[in-house]
Amino acid sequence: MEARTKPASKLSLRVLDLAGPTYYGLLVIFATVAGIGLLAAWDMEHNGHWVTGMDNQIVWGIPHVFAIFLILGASGALNVASMSSVFGRSAYKPLAPFSALLAIAMLVGGLAVLVLDLGRPDRLLVAMTSYNFKSIFAWNIFLYTGLLVVAGVYIWTMLEHRMNRFAGAAGLVAFAWRLALTTGTGLIFGFLIAREAYDSAVLAPLFIALSFAIGLAVFILVLTALDASGVVPLGSDMTRRLGRLLGIFAATVLYFTTVQHLTGLYAAEHAAVERFILRDGGAITAIFWVGQVLVGGLLPLALMFLGEGAASRSRVGLAAGFVVIGAMALLYVAIIGGQAFPLSIFPGMEVSSSFFDGEIATYSPSLREGLLGLGGISIAATIVLIGSRVLRFLPKTLADRP
Amino acid sequence: MTLDPKPDHSRRGFLGAALTLTAGLAIVPGVILFEVAKPKAAQPSTAGVTSKVRWGLLIDTNKCEPGCDACVTACKTEHGWEGHGRPRTDPQWIRKIDIRDPKFGTERSLPVMCQHCAEPPCVDVCPTGASFKRADGIVLVDKHTCIGCRYCMMACPYKARSFVHEAQEDQKTHSPRGKGTVEGCNLCVHRVDRGGTPACVEACAAEAKGAIVFGDLNDPKSDISKRLARYPATRLRADLGTDNGVAYQGL
Repeated sequence: MEARTKPASKLSLRVLDLAGPTYYGLLVIFATVAGIGLLAAWDMEHNGHWVTGMDNQIVWGIPHVFAIFLILGASGALNVASMSSVFGRSAYKPLAPFSALLAIAMLVGGLAVLVLDLGRPDRLLVAMTSYNFKSIFAWNIFLYTGLLVVAGVYIWTMLEHRMNRFAGAAGLVAFAWRLALTTGTGLIFGFLIAREAYDSAVLAPLFIALSFAIGLAVFILVLTALDASGVVPLGSDMTRRLGRLLGIFAATVLYFTTVQHLTGLYAAEHAAVERFILRDGGAITAIFWVGQVLVGGLLPLALMFLGEGAASRSRVGLAAGFVVIGAMALLYVAIIGGQAFPLSIFPGMEVSSSFFDGEIATYSPSLREGLLGLGGISIAATIVLIGSRVLRFLPKTLADRP
Repeated sequence: MTLDPKPDHSRRGFLGAALTLTAGLAIVPGVILFEVAKPKAAQPSTAGVTSKVRWGLLIDTNKCEPGCDACVTACKTEHGWEGHGRPRTDPQWIRKIDIRDPKFGTERSLPVMCQHCAEPPCVDVCPTGASFKRADGIVLVDKHTCIGCRYCMMACPYKARSFVHEAQEDQKTHSPRGKGTVEGCNLCVHRVDRGGTPACVEACAAEAKGAIVFGDLNDPKSDISKRLARYPATRLRADLGTDNGVAYQGL
């Protein structure tokens, strides 16, 4: 059995020493995509939101799918650090600093998308000086900026030798904070009493499970890339650990999804919206069953627990990719699908109006919105590239011990 | 020149102090400017507004004709929210909804606007407090602090709010609107504060059958209170507990 508490050994870390052309090539690519995302946002703000696919029916669109993906992924990525500092799994210790960097990067990318999609992004200062403390959104502003500070301090305690003794405490705070953050993100939807697809406390644990899954999947994909480029060798021991954990997280997401929809089906009040998501919703239904359930849940489970399972490195990489696709599908179904179903202002009645009452709303995202979302991912990637080049965030090796 | 062989620890401290100072210099003027620039006249004019009154509407659906949209037209003219021929993004502060009982075929046509809830979900969720309720029960959006996050639109059970999807021109001075902010029925607060009635109420009385009554729900002697005392009325989605200021009879 693995030793749960090991005397603190000095971390053996390195910078991202990719060859110049490769490194700067990547940097240019990501910075360019980030720049295109910023241009797309400028275009949306300049013209007004009518040039996007969002309207008065679908008020939150693809940018919010990307933003919430990144924000949830951020707290999930930080979880890898918690595995060592909170749960005492020393094998994860060399990954902890990079985990915190990835968390900061994804959070900044996600917040950038969220802010740039605002109707008045120029009023960011208002959002930071004028608070309504009954709003879960206002709480989230503190939770998000707070996580940046907490993760920053955590990195400091890990990288600065004189601060090492506080690393455990900082890790614990980070873990508690990220749980609060994902609860808050889930409750943005859970607190919407009028929308039948939301209005449920189960969205909080669902989003926590989803964040574990996204964060770990992204982490695995990055580690695989680092291994392939020869920077950090990745052993099959570490791959197997991460892969099995990913399988458990995917199963947890599937479990909460099942609970969410079973609860919905049980209440006659929610039967109509459940029929829409699960059976009659066209593209939404397809994305739910194929994207969310099959690709995001069943396939990763099969890959990790059947046959050679997580012992196969290609399987682990594939499962991580599937989890990322499944998470995007889940968020799309939750955010877009939840709004597409009309509000029930007159329960039991057929309704019609010039404002699309009683109609299923359609949504065709514009290219701008997609580019803004990809811009957020590129901002995160750029931060990781620069951060890991100037400071030692990466483990020297993750190869199997002889 | 000789190099000091000892590491210079003061440099670290200097860098830290410089960073803090720079951050401070970058942020403080912005915050001060923001406070200074807040136009005093733009602050919600709540002077004289009291919770002794609660403004509300009563809509008698028996008098509301299908196809009649006098109230909608009047509101459009009063506040200048004519669309751009893009129904999905054009705002609607008030709209006519036709409802039909699928089993018995009975039909009703009625206007739906902001219900001016006593417990408004839009006010609860607004991160900056731009969505607010006045003491007299009127629910408004402070256009100066709305950041355009649209969370209130997600939260409103009545789809009463619209997002301004494009730049505005020729606005009414009594009803400012702004690209990138959220808006909705303000119960013609500019008229009410001068002792008048909302434009929709006036238009319905003049051009239709006077289906909409405006008044103080806290005053038992007001016309609206007397009517509500005589016949039962329905609040839309009363199950949500939002205690709407708008009531419907004949539903």
